[in-house]
Amino acid sequence: MLCDICHKNIATVHLTEIVNSKIAETHICQVCAQAKAGQIAQQPNVSDFLSGLLSANIAKKEEQSLKCPACGFNYSDFKKKGRLGCGRCYSAFKRQLLPLLKKIHGTIRHTGKVPLDAVGSSVQEVKLKDFEKQLQRAVELEEYEDAARIRDEIKKFQGGHK
Amino acid sequence: MFDNFISNKDSWLSQKGPESEIVFSSRIRLARNIADIPFPSRANPGQREKVFKAMQEVYPHIKRFKNSFFVNMGELTDLDSQFLLERHLISQEHLTKQSGRGIIVSPDEEISIMINEEDHLRMQAIASGFDLKKCWEVLDNIDNDISRKMSFSFSPDIGYLTACPTNVGTALRASCMLHLPALILTKRINKILELLARISFTTRGLFGEGTQALGDFFQISNQVSLGLSEEELIDNLISVVNQVKSHELDSRNTLVKKYKTNLEDNVWRALGILRNARLINSKEAFSHLSILSLGLDLGIIKEIDLSKGKAGQKLIRNLFIMIQPAHLQKIEGRVLREKERDNIRAAILRESLGG
Ligand SMILES: [Zn+2]
Ligand SMILES: [Zn+2]
Repeated sequence: MLCDICHKNIATVHLTEIVNSKIAETHICQVCAQAKAGQIAQQPNVSDFLSGLLSANIAKKEEQSLKCPACGFNYSDFKKKGRLGCGRCYSAFKRQLLPLLKKIHGTIRHTGKVPLDAVGSSVQEVKLKDFEKQLQRAVELEEYEDAARIRDEIKKFQGGHK
Repeated sequence: MFDNFISNKDSWLSQKGPESEIVFSSRIRLARNIADIPFPSRANPGQREKVFKAMQEVYPHIKRFKNSFFVNMGELTDLDSQFLLERHLISQEHLTKQSGRGIIVSPDEEISIMINEEDHLRMQAIASGFDLKKCWEVLDNIDNDISRKMSFSFSPDIGYLTACPTNVGTALRASCMLHLPALILTKRINKILELLARISFTTRGLFGEGTQALGDFFQISNQVSLGLSEEELIDNLISVVNQVKSHELDSRNTLVKKYKTNLEDNVWRALGILRNARLINSKEAFSHLSILSLGLDLGIIKEIDLSKGKAGQKLIRNLFIMIQPAHLQKIEGRVLREKERDNIRAAILRESLGG
């Protein structure tokens, strides 16, 4: 079998790649393989996969200016890199991320292990603690609009869980 | 550094795990991030340093990490880092220079933690053979031990928070490395791979980290990490791996039934080349070792006669690791050019296989 790339040498390297959940086979020679190795290493990666998923949703203008209050990471950067800036980004971009998580995992509800410091406390308590941390941070950063919003959320949350 | 790893008798690589005929090794990886510190790519050098220091303080208190290596990646030579990569202790990503990157390795190499890779902590447990449950047991405990000392980034709704949304939830990736030469020889492999992709399991060739499927090894892992418990994810992978295993066994039977002489010819030729070659690149060496390993599994060759005794599967498995470029350079104790490597690789193979 001749090399798929140069059509000159005997193909000795047989690559099986999964592209869009399809199998793609390439048969190439040692020379072309070495040239290709560099490319493949960074080829179909997660961020490509993610930006593919994301671009399916038409980007809204307000999304472009979305920013994580904790780490300052922009939502538009996430769309480029496929990686988030910090844990708080998940709540800052919640509306955009939940459909994405659903697409990736088929569900958006964690049913696995819980860290020891959260064991024993109910989900409500953990959530409340989380809200309080967020509030504290917003106050520290003098983000008073955020603080007011979080306070409202806490009120709503407590109201719904009495 | 790490020179004693080469002859590490305690290493999981020199153990023979359960059901190791097709499943070469099992591995579980957990990602964790420390609460209130940005993920490594977003963190500033000071914050990454903080994570590094925190782990430096914590790990001596964990029993399994007694006498462990704790190393700053920045202090390693390229050769040492490459060596760790070849031993499956770090990822390709971890080779990129960035401040605060570290690695902890237990003396038996079963447990390792990458610090400041894509997430603050990437812990892994690896075992010889088909033994995912053991990996999980070990890692679950390590995770608990660490979480007593630091607070992880966690949401009660979507679980452990990770830099990449594909890891969120359990942040667990379980994988098995399978040796599937018969599925490749009978050309059934593609159907299997397609099927796996359809049910959300990721497959890729192994050795060479995603670039080449060397030696007929494939790594199968779960793609989904959210919505199922750790045990469920692991059980699912176990049943998928069992399926693939039985297909490989079927194909091996077919080969023996229909092409016995060809198969024998291939196996003995492989041994002949490995015992006699003077120059051999890793691709070629891997493919002959793969066939030789199949021959041992099928009893075509019962044992390999050496001047100082006999050898079997364990030796072959070790050779798969040893003939990689950084390993050869470690053994020789110097940087080698490609041609030199091919020459030394051939010499090591001849010597090990009684050539
Ligand atoms: Zn070519
Ligand atoms: Zn953030």
